[in-house]
Amino acid sequence: MKRRYLKQHLFLLTVRGSALLIALAICGFFIFIFVRGYGVISWEFITEAPRDMMTKGGIMPAIIGTLYLTLGALAVALPLGVLAAVYLSEYAKEGRLLRFIRVGIRCLAGVPSVVFGLFGLGLFVVRFGFGSSILAGSLTLGFLILPTIIGASEEALKAVPRTFREASLGLGVSKWQTTTRIVMPNALPGILTGSILSIGRAAGETAPIMFTAAAFFTASLPKSIFDEVMALPYHIYVLATAGTRIAETRPIQYGTVLVLVGLVFGINIIAILLRSRARKTKRW
Amino acid sequence: MTRTLKELFIKNILLLFALVSVIILGLIVLFLFLEGLPVFEVVSVADFLFGLEWYPTYDPPDYGIWPLIVGSLVVTFFAALLAIPLGVLSAVYIAELAPGPVKEIFKPLVELLAGLPSVVLGFFGMAVVAPLLQNTFNLPTGLNIVNASLILAFMAVPTIASITEDALYSVPAEFKEASYALGATKAETIVNVVMPAALSGIATAVMLGMARAIGETMVVLMVAGGAAAVPESIFDPVRPMPASIAAEMGEAPVGSIHYHALFATGIVLFFMTLAFNLAADYISERFRETGSGTL
Repeated sequence: MKRRYLKQHLFLLTVRGSALLIALAICGFFIFIFVRGYGVISWEFITEAPRDMMTKGGIMPAIIGTLYLTLGALAVALPLGVLAAVYLSEYAKEGRLLRFIRVGIRCLAGVPSVVFGLFGLGLFVVRFGFGSSILAGSLTLGFLILPTIIGASEEALKAVPRTFREASLGLGVSKWQTTTRIVMPNALPGILTGSILSIGRAAGETAPIMFTAAAFFTASLPKSIFDEVMALPYHIYVLATAGTRIAETRPIQYGTVLVLVGLVFGINIIAILLRSRARKTKRW
Repeated sequence: MTRTLKELFIKNILLLFALVSVIILGLIVLFLFLEGLPVFEVVSVADFLFGLEWYPTYDPPDYGIWPLIVGSLVVTFFAALLAIPLGVLSAVYIAELAPGPVKEIFKPLVELLAGLPSVVLGFFGMAVVAPLLQNTFNLPTGLNIVNASLILAFMAVPTIASITEDALYSVPAEFKEASYALGATKAETIVNVVMPAALSGIATAVMLGMARAIGETMVVLMVAGGAAAVPESIFDPVRPMPASIAAEMGEAPVGSIHYHALFATGIVLFFMTLAFNLAADYISERFRETGSGTL
């Protein structure tokens, strides 16, 4: 009897210990990043371009570049993803074709980000001749987040009660009109939440834009979608690994990390708030 | 009649959009092969896969990616060794033990970690973990297998934990009740009843976590050390496949043998992650729990 309780005690201790270890590691990590980066961030840091071989000045062009790339990725993935989700949720019938499409989407979701980078380089940069540009980077990132957007949109569409559709179809409204006027408006908050979460992912990705869009330094802000841009994640990578001034630029690195983490979490928090508001105002 | 035609038209247009993902996947495979296969005009498939020397910029160059494959496998293996117990046990904690308020804090914390850009973790490994390792163990470099495995494990924990948690929740409550009624303790119930019942979900979680770790680029690029040699100790630096691709693609001229060799490395990486993902898919489909009746 005693041994059983000892065993129980040991097991529960291990479980609690593991959870505590993870929690401490995560908290420690965030506190560390915050403490090191907080002092660096100032108005100038956010609004100025880098100076003196990147050792001084701010990161404004990288912030702008990341905004362009993520919005570009969303412009690519949102229409494609939502329409694909409409097919999967409203039109598709169980069968070989549907299974084929689903396996394709899951496999696409599992493709390593660096392979997306290779693909973007081979197709958009070289074959289509876009060069390293906002366009090539946005397309690459857009296809990277496409499975996430399809998944979130499909879930949102499926959450709309069947009775809504039946009522509409019963009035003699066509399927397409039912979908666009009844189902999609009701699924909109869910679709938005999923899309915003995937923007957070696109903003932080480095490997897909390394060969398709990102530049170490650009003298001026991009003027067209065929220009290269600086980007926050790439900026962190380059400052931390390349060149001879790694130690000198360390504060800027911590500052950039904090800005990127803040941006990604800000985006996630917006999505979470939107979701909880949508739940409260739900009409069914 | 025209209305039916219109609906049919719309349905097929939407089908095209649904097929975009499949088409993109096809294009990815096509481009990997199109740009990767030319390297085999210079080296044989066996020499490429099992060659021990990766010196793509030497004269004459060597294109053997065995050290890169070993690098990928080694860091993934050690990351798994850490991440599987930590991830699974954290999920057990959330699903079975944590009191409400603790759960409300712990769960978002893990989700926060899942959303973290990998370049930030890579940076942390370089700036914080590397000097720590170097000084503690008196090493020539802190950028090595241990460091990369630690950071990769940290990254894989949220994936493993969240999927395992879902699997644990899906175990029917009657199972636990029956176990308690027979006089089993909480620990015995978790170990002998809940976890076996959720095994397929846990296995899926592990597979997906590993797929994420083996395909992860920025972490291994920044903290694995970058030495293209088969490691002899866990404190040796390695150069996993994604790191090699990311580091060298910038310098390899488009259309050169080196360029093609990196795409061919991409093929190997693609199929390795695909294997993990399909295994996860197979496990979750094959052993799907659909209630107490299936067990």
